[in-house]
Amino acid sequence: MKKKRKMSKKQKTYLFIIIPVVLLFFMFNTWPMLNGFFYSFTNYKGYGSYEMVGFQNYIDLFSDTRVLKSYLFTFKYAICGTILVNVLSLLMALALNAKIRCKSALRGIYFVPNILGGLIIGYIFSYIFTYIIPAIGQTWNIEWLQNSILSSPAYAWIGVLIVGVWQAVAMTTIIYISGLQTVPGDVYEASRIDGSSKWTEFWKITFPLIIPFVSINLVLTTKNFMMVFDQILSLTGGGPAQSTDSISYLIYNNGLDGGQFGFQSANAFIFFLVIVIFSIVQQNITSKKEEQL
Amino acid sequence: MEKAIRKSVKKPKEKTNWVLTIILILGTFTVFFPLYMAINIAFKQPSEMTNSIEGALGLPSSINFSNFAEAMRVTDFWHSLGNSLFITLATIALALVVYSLAGYVLGRTIAKHKGFKWVYLYLISGMFVPFAILMMPLVKETAMLHLGNQFGVILLYLVFYMPMNVMLYAGYMKNIPTVIEEASEVDGASTWTTFWRVIFPMMKPMHATVAVLTALGTWNDVMTPLVIMSGTGINTLPIAQLNFQTQFGTNYNLAFASYIMSLIPILLFYIICQKQIISGVANGAVKG
Repeated sequence: MKKKRKMSKKQKTYLFIIIPVVLLFFMFNTWPMLNGFFYSFTNYKGYGSYEMVGFQNYIDLFSDTRVLKSYLFTFKYAICGTILVNVLSLLMALALNAKIRCKSALRGIYFVPNILGGLIIGYIFSYIFTYIIPAIGQTWNIEWLQNSILSSPAYAWIGVLIVGVWQAVAMTTIIYISGLQTVPGDVYEASRIDGSSKWTEFWKITFPLIIPFVSINLVLTTKNFMMVFDQILSLTGGGPAQSTDSISYLIYNNGLDGGQFGFQSANAFIFFLVIVIFSIVQQNITSKKEEQL
Repeated sequence: MEKAIRKSVKKPKEKTNWVLTIILILGTFTVFFPLYMAINIAFKQPSEMTNSIEGALGLPSSINFSNFAEAMRVTDFWHSLGNSLFITLATIALALVVYSLAGYVLGRTIAKHKGFKWVYLYLISGMFVPFAILMMPLVKETAMLHLGNQFGVILLYLVFYMPMNVMLYAGYMKNIPTVIEEASEVDGASTWTTFWRVIFPMMKPMHATVAVLTALGTWNDVMTPLVIMSGTGINTLPIAQLNFQTQFGTNYNLAFASYIMSLIPILLFYIICQKQIISGVANGAVKG
């Protein structure tokens, strides 16, 4: 009996801790989300009065070219970014995990882009794209380098992609390195005795053993690239000709300043669904892969 | 050639891969070049900037800090730095206390109690919520609650990073055997004291991870202060750069001096705690 009373006292402490936490979370996460959901059914501008418009915003979303373009850009950017970042990072991680000199210094240096803020990095690269690369193009008479990539509607997204990849590789590489370190060394010795080449060794031994890390990285990079904001703000501002309007940037720009509070709330909600569906799909693939191991 | 090297080195298990070492050292150029260029331009005068490569990349004719002094004045550097430091440090302090408490409770209860399990899933589900969907309603909400300031930003960070970090702490509780708490409770200590005296110190490795993740996240964040504190005149370092860009965008020498100054604090932090930062980031990602 004494034990039971003690349990309940413990329970009280637990509740005393967890209730404020849940309330805080509800207040600044769930409540604004519900609010946004509500506004997505109105024609609210962000100020003044508004009316309920039913599903009109959602219907309009699918015929709004600017919204559709922003989804196209974001998906294109996220897919290319994820593939590039993961291939480069895996190569980097293999190199940084090999028998090399100055290993920890090199690892330290290659991690630097990750700790620097996206906004300032964007500004620095914006200068490189606008002044330095065209200057190189002029000196060596390379025509396609003479104009800033950021002012070309067709290629500006590649400029944004370069900056995004430059920053993301740092983090992804570190995760791959910690993955490679979980592979025991004697596995390799066995394969070396069998005389298999480095290439088959990688695909037959290393890669299957680090698949959990591959899936972590795929999830993280895709998510981060889908939510791209800082780089857009500092590099292109969504331009030229709205060719680099990311979804987050469009919601920020038109929702807060452009008088589309209600409409962009609907957009935000669809974006949320996209993220959720994407995460569920990724998680399913991940758990299946891990079972195989 | 490989064989020759292998023979010449006597006993080490594996030969040093010099080709790879050299490639990697050359590759650091991609990291250093943008930083070199930024520092270089920060020291130059507008008259030294020409449109040729030498104009952009050549060394400045003299080292003087006038650009830095001017940039400090224009961006109100010390205030922005103070705000950034305050927001980051307060968020870290609150994060360690709140997340570890919540992680402790949930780590101990989710296996046994359905209610707590639901609470856990509810908090974790926040990981899927992009800031974009909360942004507009939050601007209204914080304004209404008079939280359109540093305190509002801190509270929001505390909520945004909650799902990931509570999960990390709850997972870490598996490493701490319940016997330890029970022993302390037999001695008559309350759950509360047991947590602070016994559990909290034992969570030290997780504290480091959470502190690093929170520090990097808050220090570099643009979006939250941008939307929550816009129009208040309260700047963080990144926001000061953004304002600077819109006002004085054409003076690159001043701009780069200002960028460099706002990069220095985080670079110093990185140089001092490099090991903890790298392992913290890796830990957070792998366990989360």
